Amino acid sequence: MFDILSFLPRAVMQGIPLLLGSTGETLTEKSGNLNLGIPGVMYVGAICGVIGSFLYEQKVPADQMNAVLAVGIPMVCCLVGSLLMGLLYCFLTVTLRANQNVTGLALTTFGVGFGNFFGGSIIKLVDSEVPSIVLSATNRYFSASLPFASKLGVVGKVLFSYGFLAYIAVIIAIIASYVLNRTRTGLHLRAVGENPQTADAAGINVVKYKYMATCLGSMIAGLGGLYYVMDYAAGIWSNNAFGDRGWLAIALVIFTVWKPSWGILSSFLFGGLYILHQYIPSGMNLAVKELYKMIPYVVTIIVLIITSMRNKRESQPPASLGLPYFREER
Amino acid sequence: MEKKTAAVKMRNITKRFGSIVANDKCWLDIYRGEILALLGENGSGKTTLMNMLSGIYFPDEGQITIDGKDVVIRSPKDAFDLGIGMIHQHFKLVDVLTAAENIVLGLEGKLDLKAASARIREICDTYGFEVDPDQKIYDMSVSQKQTVEIVKVLYRGADILILDEPTAVLTPQETDKLFTVLRNMRDDNKAVVIITHKMHEVEALSDRVAVLRHGQFIGDMLTKDTNAQEMTNMMVGRPVTLNIDRPEPKDPKPRILVEGLTVRSMDGIVKLDDVSFTANAGEILGIAGISGCGQKELLEAIAGLQPTEAGSIRYVEDDGTEEELLGKDPLSIAEMGVTLSFVPEDRLGMGLVGNMDLADNMMLRSFRRGKSLFTDRRTPKKLAETVVQELEVNTPGVSTPVRRLSGGNVQKVLVGREIAAAPTVLLTAYAVRGLDINSSYMIYDLINRQKAAGVAVIYVGEDLDVLLELADRILVLCGGKVSGIVPGRGATKRKVGLMMTKLGGDTQDA
Repeated sequence: MFDILSFLPRAVMQGIPLLLGSTGETLTEKSGNLNLGIPGVMYVGAICGVIGSFLYEQKVPADQMNAVLAVGIPMVCCLVGSLLMGLLYCFLTVTLRANQNVTGLALTTFGVGFGNFFGGSIIKLVDSEVPSIVLSATNRYFSASLPFASKLGVVGKVLFSYGFLAYIAVIIAIIASYVLNRTRTGLHLRAVGENPQTADAAGINVVKYKYMATCLGSMIAGLGGLYYVMDYAAGIWSNNAFGDRGWLAIALVIFTVWKPSWGILSSFLFGGLYILHQYIPSGMNLAVKELYKMIPYVVTIIVLIITSMRNKRESQPPASLGLPYFREER
Repeated sequence: MEKKTAAVKMRNITKRFGSIVANDKCWLDIYRGEILALLGENGSGKTTLMNMLSGIYFPDEGQITIDGKDVVIRSPKDAFDLGIGMIHQHFKLVDVLTAAENIVLGLEGKLDLKAASARIREICDTYGFEVDPDQKIYDMSVSQKQTVEIVKVLYRGADILILDEPTAVLTPQETDKLFTVLRNMRDDNKAVVIITHKMHEVEALSDRVAVLRHGQFIGDMLTKDTNAQEMTNMMVGRPVTLNIDRPEPKDPKPRILVEGLTVRSMDGIVKLDDVSFTANAGEILGIAGISGCGQKELLEAIAGLQPTEAGSIRYVEDDGTEEELLGKDPLSIAEMGVTLSFVPEDRLGMGLVGNMDLADNMMLRSFRRGKSLFTDRRTPKKLAETVVQELEVNTPGVSTPVRRLSGGNVQKVLVGREIAAAPTVLLTAYAVRGLDINSSYMIYDLINRQKAAGVAVIYVGEDLDVLLELADRILVLCGGKVSGIVPGRGATKRKVGLMMTKLGGDTQDA
């Protein structure tokens, strides 16, 4: 039987890292930077958070931990780690005008390797039986839901049973959407991604907008990695467990036609599709399960086909996405 | 004339791009309450000089003075603050944004589109524009986009306006409208600078002309004290004849027969509707029409690049046999022994490859020749050298990527290559768009030589004055339909202009 009550919260929890990743990538792409390094950024965000909280947990016994520090240290580590990735990407593509695709893919490869290297190192350090790092003390703070959630029955379970980062993710998406569509900063950012020559001639600092959007986007995406490890995976890091969620976040950007507000429900939908195979009885035939795992990607391809066919200007990617900008180019 | 003080003084401005010197110790004075026409050949540094005034480029040397104060213009924002606004040849507008959003782009403060729209309407009322602040740019015609550009600089309070070839894409009627607006601005004591290649516009509009040559300031004078001949001589640096030849066609006979041609675009819009005409060998058939009235589709259909719905296009051999061209791609047309040369509107999109050098671009037409496994690179290189020499292409060498050349030089390379193929039919779209007067006359001359050699020339043009002087017959398109075919000798600008906007033109006037 299909258990919708346990399916919905799981779908949402699956969706949150995708939501953070895609909000970050949407902001980045709005500035004309196609950051394919997002999967790597999310990895780095996650492992930096893990390193921070691992060091804190080593220093302080679980019952003496300070809630603010237990949450703050991994958060700051994660943000700094992903910011550095964003800065690296910007320096290469904006300042040095390197090819964005190559740079992005290199950052992804680097980020995954970086995560696995330090993940592996810490696993060696703790000398554990299983190949993973367990940060259950930190997880308690990250996954703490509102105290009344369990008393509200179905509503509580579907709406209020998540850790604070899940709500932050939704709020970030709403703010991003508001800023993009309603403020001057958003207008300028969109202009930079659509037509940097025009933005420049209008007196907008193209380089600054590209740096700001990309770095902020990377930090938001990094939080997605942190949420995955600290909340979704119950504070357990194992190498490569994050999987291809980073790519799915980039697919989600296309799916939502570059609208962060659409990302909220779409990410839950993607999350649901991602775990659908666990809920549909397929018997012993594992091949069928693999087919179900393809659904999010198939849906993205279909959306790409539909948006390309309808050819509506508003649902196209930013016009100068992936192109470097140099004012005195002849 | 009373003594005026210059609003803008540019002194000893030098700008280099790598080894190319775009401006060399250039001078320029701009006055308020005056329309200044800035003249010069392609690559003489007009646009570069203006770009430095509007903050796009930064001068390597020299001093700019505004209203007697020395200034440094580091960015477009600095230029706005000094009241300088530039309308670029390629519009600086974001397609997916509305007019109002584009106009307020780059300004500070809280975003209030309603207040902005109100001010835009106010400006429009003052100068007589029509702009819908909520319309998206991609829904606009070229002339509407240009209006938005002008409103944009006025919205920022600019009182020094620079327009880079503003009439290149406008119809005669739209041009008149623009000129009225510019005169209004002059009377409002604003300084207006206009870059153009069209002499009759300079004479009709400007109060003063300044001439640049090879990046240097040659001189300036009052428009009423000079004439087209003198200005052209100054631009080129030697006497030039300004008459377009139109030899009588020798022995014209049908070469291309088009009957009932109908073309529908991908979105199902009828682009050409039942178009029929004959293009004769040894004759120039001019095609006039507001841009986007099917000129592009017509040429592409003949060249075998455009799927058609109905009709026929037949090629007539010298001995009178006819062959259908429709349904054939360019390669099979070439295999039939028909040499079509096509100079498309979109030079760097369809005509040449921007990132390849001159020699390789020549090879695009010849790479299939020869039996050897390797391509022949020597012949195209020689051809490139010949074209550079004969058409006076301004380039560091034949191994320079084409995109580095200025617009006029790109066009010369393309025309040179197409003519070298010894065509029997020559299709040209806007062959002189963006070209200076000297290069334009060179192209007219080349086209005339093709005509004398018995080539059927189909010439799509935008400058009616030129069409009327060059073409033997003029076919006028209006909304994809043939509005009429008139002989080039004796046709008036007014009549053809009316036929462009209304099928058959105004009968009362004809």
